[in-house]
Amino acid sequence: MSDSSVNKANAVNNDADAMSAQGYALSKKEMGFARREIRRHKLLAFSLVVPLLLFLAFAFIAPIGSMLHQGFYNPVVNDLVPETLSTLKEWDGKAQPNDIVLNAMAKDLKRLALTRDSGKFSAEINRYLPGSSSVIKSSARKLKRAEDADLADNGAQLLLAANDAWSKPKIWRSIQQAGNIYTDRNYLTALDLERNQSGEIIVRESAQVYMKLYTKTLKLALIITLLCLLFGYPLAYYLANAPSKKANLLMILVMLPFWTSLLVRTTAWIALLQTNGVINTLLLSVGIISEPLELLYTEFSTIVAMTHILLPFMILPLYSVMKGVDPSYFRAAMSMGARPIGAFIQVYFPATLPGLSAGALLVFIISVGYYITPALVGGTDGQMISNIIAFHMQQSNNWSLAAALGSLLLVLILALYWTYDKFIGASNIKLG
Amino acid sequence: MNSDSESDFLRFANVQKSYDQKNLVVKDFNLNIPEGEFLTLLGPSGSGKTTVLMMMAGFESVTSGEILLKGESITRTAPYKRNIGMVFQNYALFPHMSIAENLAYPLKIRRIPKSEIKERVDRYLELIELQGFGGRPPGQLSGGQRQRVALARALIFQPSLVLMDEPLGALDKKLREQMQLEISRLHKKLGFTAIYVTHDQTEALTMSDRIAVFNNGVVQQCAAPEVLYEQPENAFVAEFIGENNFIFGVVKEIRSNVIEIEISTGEMVRARKVDDCQIGSICKVSVRPEKLFLISEGSQDGSSDNNVITGKLLLRQYVGDYIRYYFELPDEKEVVVKVLNDHTAPNIDRGQTARLLSKENDCFAFMAD
Ligand SMILES: Nc1ncnc2c1ncn2[C@@H]1O[C@H](COP(=O)(O)OP(=O)(O)OP(=O)(O)O)[C@@H](O)[C@H]1O
Ligand SMILES: [Mg+2]
Repeated sequence: MSDSSVNKANAVNNDADAMSAQGYALSKKEMGFARREIRRHKLLAFSLVVPLLLFLAFAFIAPIGSMLHQGFYNPVVNDLVPETLSTLKEWDGKAQPNDIVLNAMAKDLKRLALTRDSGKFSAEINRYLPGSSSVIKSSARKLKRAEDADLADNGAQLLLAANDAWSKPKIWRSIQQAGNIYTDRNYLTALDLERNQSGEIIVRESAQVYMKLYTKTLKLALIITLLCLLFGYPLAYYLANAPSKKANLLMILVMLPFWTSLLVRTTAWIALLQTNGVINTLLLSVGIISEPLELLYTEFSTIVAMTHILLPFMILPLYSVMKGVDPSYFRAAMSMGARPIGAFIQVYFPATLPGLSAGALLVFIISVGYYITPALVGGTDGQMISNIIAFHMQQSNNWSLAAALGSLLLVLILALYWTYDKFIGASNIKLG
Repeated sequence: MNSDSESDFLRFANVQKSYDQKNLVVKDFNLNIPEGEFLTLLGPSGSGKTTVLMMMAGFESVTSGEILLKGESITRTAPYKRNIGMVFQNYALFPHMSIAENLAYPLKIRRIPKSEIKERVDRYLELIELQGFGGRPPGQLSGGQRQRVALARALIFQPSLVLMDEPLGALDKKLREQMQLEISRLHKKLGFTAIYVTHDQTEALTMSDRIAVFNNGVVQQCAAPEVLYEQPENAFVAEFIGENNFIFGVVKEIRSNVIEIEISTGEMVRARKVDDCQIGSICKVSVRPEKLFLISEGSQDGSSDNNVITGKLLLRQYVGDYIRYYFELPDEKEVVVKVLNDHTAPNIDRGQTARLLSKENDCFAFMAD
């Protein structure tokens, strides 16, 4: 009897479950209302994020897209010698091109000479064929004096007369390569690779700067992250466990760097580290050293200043996670027989890992792309990849290479994040 | 509270605790606990229960006095050497370890061989009826399940003493009752000594061998639940445990252990003497609502050794299994009577007077403060 009543109760439960799972069937009209309701909610939610989406599209996605594009896009040569390039399309690439091509080239060269663009053109081609710069420049100079009518009739002869190099296919191949609007050359350069004459990708023999710089950037970022961890962990621990009044005061001190200009902080390091700066003067006067140490404009100064500047990014997530770690974990471990150090390593430390990984990732990623501090205190030794990117943008005016270097940096960071996510799990990151 | 304490398992001797060197949070705490006992510390918030437990576990220092376990002082022993199991209110299960790893943790520290660890973890999982849950992280368990794991983790290394600080505080009523039974069952089965802290009187009364009622850092009374309820040793215990009425009056006569007072109705009430009262002083008599019997006006009943109090009905409250009557005395004090809802509960209207009968043995006289 009791069995049957239990069954009955189960049946009732099942009914209730079924009811809540399926809900009551709605009539058509009610469904229409429900759908409209949902649509209104969606619309509202969407309209709330629209400003942000627009801003992101305008200030984030578009620039990154254009940077990626810029790395591949190289219309310079195409804009300079459009006619030559269009006639070159039919060339078989083996012997001297036909007269139509030579004529077009001669005409283009004269125009370039008149508009003073021949230098730009020769520089572009020279990247593909070292030594071709003088050939192009001298030819342009000679063709500048030729009559238009003369050029139209026997431009080919004039061109060949100007320089013998025009009869060889080498220079034409280079022009053809340089004339491609889309090129992987910048990315190859950024990876210290190049294409040889037959178009195969090879390791560049001269000046392997960029890979070295990427490795160094990663190395510096790693050192800075480890240092931040070393200094930040105990401090965050102390902050999280100090009486709230003291903790608040110390927290303000930690936050203080955020409220001071980055430039001011970096300059302060210059004052500290320079040859007759505070540290050297102190050490000299105490007599530990007999001549000033070379502290500023080194890798060392970059590391020191960046560790200082990025420390809050480590402390804040660590602190907020540590604040949430229940002190009873520690006590529980001890009550079970763990010594304080054991309890710390086995129980406390793992509980703070989410904050630790968040802080480490933050510091690492920020320092990989850091620019201002290495630029100011790094000298030649302490330069990082962003400094060379800035150099290409501001001084060598090679925006395409800068874009390629920047894109590779982005890819590198995404790859690091992916690795992190794969092995530790991004869901383990906790900022508060 | 016997004083021949050599045989006692755990003894607190004149333990004091001060956090700020000014106020004593625990004043002169004395308690003997025999092996295998389930002792509950019960007291209002801030009375120092947790503090006592923390001193016991070694997480708080003892300001003065001694704590002796099996005759040896553990007052200054490091917490991890005390071998005391502890259950925390918030479970304190390690979130980065699975249930099985949590249970294995104290065993690993004790360097118990792997095979034995596994065997014991399985046995304890079975004991708390969570077989097959070993691989889950604590976050995927319900509150009651987590609490069972916390309990098993405190027991698995077979400590001779287990401390529990409001372990069921975070659970809802039904689950709490279930867990109370569970803890009692495990205690009977494994025979450990337990010190249990709770706010909840019912919990204390149903689970404990003895209850130590705590107030202002002093043990007010330590006795078995029945004794505590039926024979409170002071006014605090009488008021704190269960529900109680206090009736005020002037002391008229004192015999060896019976006091007679005249209450505001002019009636005489006899009660067992607990505090020393002077003739002519004001005194209060406690009597439980269920120890008062209702007789409607007019009917003659009650033998001469029954106290009779006449009151005016203020309110009749239907609770379900019983009915509460609120009476008012001339001094505007209320008296509550609980009557079982068994068809004999009299029907009295508001404003009507009724006579409340009580036995002398159920009344206790305390000094009025
Ligand atoms: N670490 C501490 N520092 C200073 N004072 C404390 C500390 N811990 C507790 N106290 C004080 O000691 C008194 C007793 O606290 P305790 O936690 O032992 O009370 P309790 O009986 O456990 O209360 P509850 O039932 O609310 O848990 C309280 O007045 C409290 O403010
Ligand atoms: Mg407490």
